[in-house]
Amino acid sequence: MKTPRIAIVDYKMCNLFSVEHACLHLGADAFISSSPKEIANADAVILPGVGAFKDAMDNLRTSGLIPIIRDSIKSGKPFLGICLGFQMLFTRSEEFGVHDGLGILNGTVRSFPVEIDGKKIKVPHIGWNQILKINSTSILSGINNNDYMYFVHSYYVEPEDKSIIATTSEYEGFQFCSSVASGSVYACQFHPEKSGIKGIKLLDSWIRKIQ
Amino acid sequence: MGTAKRVIAKLDIKGPNLVKGIHLEGLRVLGKPEAFAKYYFDTGIDELLFMDVVASLYERNSLSEIIRRTASQIFVPLTVGGGLRSIEDIRNALLAGADKVSINTAAIRNPMLIKQAAEFFGSSTIVVTIEAIRQENGKYLAYVDNGRESTGVEVCEWAQQAQDLGAGEIILTSVDREGTGEGYDLDLLKLVAPYLNIPLVASGGAGSGSDAVKAILEGGADAVSLASIIHYEAIKNISKGDDYSMEGNTEFLKKNVGYKKIQPTSISEIKREMQRSGIHCRLAGNKSE
Repeated sequence: MKTPRIAIVDYKMCNLFSVEHACLHLGADAFISSSPKEIANADAVILPGVGAFKDAMDNLRTSGLIPIIRDSIKSGKPFLGICLGFQMLFTRSEEFGVHDGLGILNGTVRSFPVEIDGKKIKVPHIGWNQILKINSTSILSGINNNDYMYFVHSYYVEPEDKSIIATTSEYEGFQFCSSVASGSVYACQFHPEKSGIKGIKLLDSWIRKIQ
Repeated sequence: MGTAKRVIAKLDIKGPNLVKGIHLEGLRVLGKPEAFAKYYFDTGIDELLFMDVVASLYERNSLSEIIRRTASQIFVPLTVGGGLRSIEDIRNALLAGADKVSINTAAIRNPMLIKQAAEFFGSSTIVVTIEAIRQENGKYLAYVDNGRESTGVEVCEWAQQAQDLGAGEIILTSVDREGTGEGYDLDLLKLVAPYLNIPLVASGGAGSGSDAVKAILEGGADAVSLASIIHYEAIKNISKGDDYSMEGNTEFLKKNVGYKKIQPTSISEIKREMQRSGIHCRLAGNKSE
């Protein structure tokens, strides 16, 4: 199998070191780039992200990376969105006002409720939470129901088309979408590069699917 | 179902070494941080916390190297703190591979740093550590410079302020209890917990698994930070080279001596005890099954 070249999109929003090293650890030729040309030449693309939605979208816009992201997905190139990179694929976010996302998938990013059944909810949602497989994708073949992944976020995604929901998770009794699979896109709210051996397994499955 | 309570390994780092401050002895060298981090990763730790004990320029470079080496092979969240004074320092720690940063002294001296850092890097990246010492009148005051200097600020008030300014988490450390194995200071935790809408990490004093249980069930903590109790267990299992730097008191290492009140306990034993008490935690290790 040819070593897949994976471009990790750098739009100056977060630590890319861990994602890069997780991919390198798995034998992929991963590199960090903010160049549309370099990204276009890759076999697969990862869009990571930590921070605020609006800032991330602004950074993506000013960095001129939105067209290459759209093109990569349109061309059917394997695409992995992580955390904010997952949220940005959707129509809009309600974080600090209403802001447009990339609109590649239909849905809204909403904030967790402040309380559920009278119980105060701590936000951000930080820690290891379990995932439940809803619609199958081979990327999750090495993952079992109730395996733990690492989450750190204050907002969750509500996709319009429920059939793209790959996994759900539950926080203080509140069920939310933890990852989606649509065409060549797999995107997750959790951080596979921070989720121990299971996270690495998931990344490995994703990498193996790259032709 | 739901989010597990977290067990965090706290490593105090000086230069290239993992150290532990011992009353009247100075710093005890325990070994190489990377080796301990790898052992904790393999045995199921949820997060790592690296605290730079003496943040001088030489030692700061050495810490970046340790962060890089750890983050490139250990795939759980890493928080780094100790001497981070500015947005630039925070950025450098994140670029070296840290996922979160802990700030204490710089935040108390300039609370707006929390707000700025949260805006730049995201709230969930910014952890505020509060070092608390109990006063004679029963109040808890926040200290800086590794518990050496009082700020006169009450802990509960400061915790709320940090939260309002955008901190993502609070690590609440009892300086009195640190390294003693006498258990977490539950009064301290109970004082602060009711006011927080952000996660609270208990730190300082764990001597047994049941201390972790109490911190969560009685203290209201969402996570526990452990140091001595797991380091003294790890040290028995980590293969030793002879190439320890001669910094600090290494006699202890050569004699393989422990510390009386602390029962060296493994991460899995601690988590099993938590689970037995009805606390949801993540039991799987990080080694391939």
